[in-house]
Amino acid sequence: MNWTTICAYEALLPERGVCALVEGTQVAIFRTYEGELYALGNLDPFSGAYVLSRGIVGTRKGEPTVASPLHKQVFSLVTGRCLDDETVSVPSYPVRVGDDGRVEVSLEQRVEVGV
Amino acid sequence: MNRIVVVGYGPTAHRLVETLAGKGFGGTVTVIGEEPRPAYDRVHLTSYLSGTSAEDLTYEVPAGITTRLNTRVTGIDREARQVTLADGGVEPYDVLVLATGSAPFVPPVPGAEHAYVYRTIEDLDAIRTAAKDAVEGVVVGGGLLGLEAADALRALGLKAHIVEMSPWLMPRQVDEGGGSVLKSHIEGLGLSVHAGAGVQEIVTDDAGQVTGLRKPDGTLIEAQVVVFSAGIRPRDELARSSGLEVGPRGGIVVDAGMRTSDPAIYAIGECALAGGMVYGLVGPCNTMAEVAADRIMGGASAFEGADMSTKLKLLGVEVAQFGAMDGALDVTYMDPVAGVYKKLFISDDAQTLLGGICVGDASPYTSLRPFVGKALPASPSDLLFSGAGAQLDLPDEAQVCSCNNVCAGDIRTAIADKGVTDVPGLKACTRAGTTCGSCVPMLKQLLEKSGVEVSKALCEHFTYSRAELFDIVRVRGITTFSELITQHGQGRGCDICKPAVASILASLHNGHVLEGERAALQDTNDAFLANIQKNGTYSVVPRIPGGEITPEKLIVIGEVARDFGLYTKITGGQRIDLFGARVDQLPEIWRRLVDAGFESGHAYGKALRTVKSCVGSTWCRYGVQDSVGMAIALELRYRGLRSPHKLKSAVSGCARECAEARSKDFGIIATEQGWNLYVGGNGGFKPRHADLLANDLTTDELIRTIDRFLMFYIRTADRLQRTSTWLESLDGGLDYLREVIMEDSLGICADLDAQMERHIATYADEWAATLDDPDKLSRFVSFVNAPGVPDPSIVFASERGQIKPVMAQ
Repeated sequence: MNWTTICAYEALLPERGVCALVEGTQVAIFRTYEGELYALGNLDPFSGAYVLSRGIVGTRKGEPTVASPLHKQVFSLVTGRCLDDETVSVPSYPVRVGDDGRVEVSLEQRVEVGV
Repeated sequence: MNRIVVVGYGPTAHRLVETLAGKGFGGTVTVIGEEPRPAYDRVHLTSYLSGTSAEDLTYEVPAGITTRLNTRVTGIDREARQVTLADGGVEPYDVLVLATGSAPFVPPVPGAEHAYVYRTIEDLDAIRTAAKDAVEGVVVGGGLLGLEAADALRALGLKAHIVEMSPWLMPRQVDEGGGSVLKSHIEGLGLSVHAGAGVQEIVTDDAGQVTGLRKPDGTLIEAQVVVFSAGIRPRDELARSSGLEVGPRGGIVVDAGMRTSDPAIYAIGECALAGGMVYGLVGPCNTMAEVAADRIMGGASAFEGADMSTKLKLLGVEVAQFGAMDGALDVTYMDPVAGVYKKLFISDDAQTLLGGICVGDASPYTSLRPFVGKALPASPSDLLFSGAGAQLDLPDEAQVCSCNNVCAGDIRTAIADKGVTDVPGLKACTRAGTTCGSCVPMLKQLLEKSGVEVSKALCEHFTYSRAELFDIVRVRGITTFSELITQHGQGRGCDICKPAVASILASLHNGHVLEGERAALQDTNDAFLANIQKNGTYSVVPRIPGGEITPEKLIVIGEVARDFGLYTKITGGQRIDLFGARVDQLPEIWRRLVDAGFESGHAYGKALRTVKSCVGSTWCRYGVQDSVGMAIALELRYRGLRSPHKLKSAVSGCARECAEARSKDFGIIATEQGWNLYVGGNGGFKPRHADLLANDLTTDELIRTIDRFLMFYIRTADRLQRTSTWLESLDGGLDYLREVIMEDSLGICADLDAQMERHIATYADEWAATLDDPDKLSRFVSFVNAPGVPDPSIVFASERGQIKPVMAQ
């Protein structure tokens, strides 16, 4: 798997997202309150605008989520699936903290799991 | 059946055309009215004298209806099926509906031509003018309308007398016992009641000025204004002259389908004689209009008489009557000290409720009227003590709203099947409570008893309403979202509760919205202190208080827009919006604006937006106060105030209202004496004219009242509830609001004042503060790993010499 280094872990604030440009692809990276990292495609499929990194991070029934800042559709941070419209989803990317404490993202899409 | 012509444009005609429009009538409908305006609300006519404008009382003409106002119909050519107009024109019809209403009855006594009547807006204008030079006034007629007219004279500053032919007041609604309680109430207010008295003549002096009213016993009541309110006579002259059947004492004879003796002509409302009766109440007249509309469109509904029950509050005293006014048995509760009189009429076997009369406490009307003709739900003595009726379960067929003929079952259906959960929803869905409003308490009861648990929970993370969360935060001194959700909620929040809590924290503590953990609570607009647009760019609105701006500042805005290639547009709030900025451009743009003396306009926040103004007395030849100065003062006072939803305001320098203040959350209109304050207005999806909260305030009084209004709203409103819906859902409405913020009935005014003082003292421009904070500034980048790179997905085309966004798909 190819990993791209993005930024220091500390540059991510709890429950906020940032956007990274990875080989021309816009990736939204989120840090939850507990400190876990998630990465989704930054394109909001409902509006066609690259804005998901600017949504509000929260939970729905325990699942970490982000809400589109334009029309508030909620996406699972874990799977990228839209929890308000099951026919829609956004790409979900692997993300980790590297040995040097920096955040790394891979563009190889995570296979969607679960029901 | 393509052309319907309606003669007369009063409330009944309005209900007819509204019903036709609602049923999707496909032909043309033309309404011909002799008054200068469409139908208006006569139930609340008296409020015209306390500041409600004619426009507010006037109903909106349904779409697709043609109106011809200021036009009198002079004849009906039944052969040719057309009506002739005073101007010589004709209007052909397939169906004609007469809704000509009634005229006040003026007894033929000497001098009657000098008296006024109380029916139209023009009548009220005339009475108001006459009252200017008068000291005393007399109303002839002690019925419902007569007492209302007397109240109006009193409100105009006159010593008022009421002359009533019957031995007691309101003989149609109350019996002798109720009448005596009513009389002592009214006399306690300083009015004189002359019951059992008639009119000999209206006395005038040599100049033709009215000096008094002489009773048949020769005594004179001194008065400079005389108003007749002694009953109505149907306006049936048109029907009469065209050969339609009329009753021996007037009224156009109609069958149960509201059809006259000519099958192409219907008659509805106060001009109709239905089942031998002329009806003057709004409820039955509305029913007639609905029956006629149904029949015209092929239906078979019928008018089978009407409930003449009445409940009203006149001169501060509640009077109600329902069902029959006699019975084999009656039970009376009378408390002359408290001024309460309640009586129930019961069948001879003491099983069935027949009717009731209430003076001073109308609560039995609400709880018991639906049981008329049915088994008594409890013992009469229990029912007569106030409050005892509140717990009764209404049968489905029991009528709840008599104005719009809505039954308890209709309300329950709306709650169960359509998911309605509040009174405004019930009003919209069933029309119940939309006319006189007396059944609103019953709607609330039905909602409460519906078993539908009305969840006030903000979202899945908090079981509390916004108002409850506000109190929790305030009383427990909570300063962070994490503290609140750990102690009083569950999970980690969402896009609903986080901005709501952020707003509460901002209202109470007024720190920077992007400080620490609070940054993660904000919607993107607050997070970037700008308004997100469809392509992910933002717009920028600098504050321009009152809409006043110097040429130098205008030039700066122009230069900034030009240098950053922004689209510019003048907003409805008298400022300038600059569109198309990327997040990474926002700090550079604001650096230029702040250096030129601008500050955040909070266009992105649930906060005070603008205070619009007209140019006012400084320039305008009509202005009576400095509206621009006031608007600037208010905008600077309340800038940055976070609230449940956005707040808009305006100040007009005179009654011409060029600033459109009455469409605002709080609007101010200058008077010769000071300022009138209107609250709860709204444009937007559901327009609402603001209500007059207080008039002729001094500047200090005005500011104190707005301070409290805003803080009370911020404390108690739901999330995203504008002041208009907040006011409508407020138990007790405008009167309650006045009690709380002007009479301090809850003892919270000092607290509200202190809270506003704190807000004003701690205000700081959040854009200037952001520019001074490298930490906050570092978040304004398109890409965290490539800070200098603009977002390549943002593309613009050109239109009319400016940019416009182009979306990828």
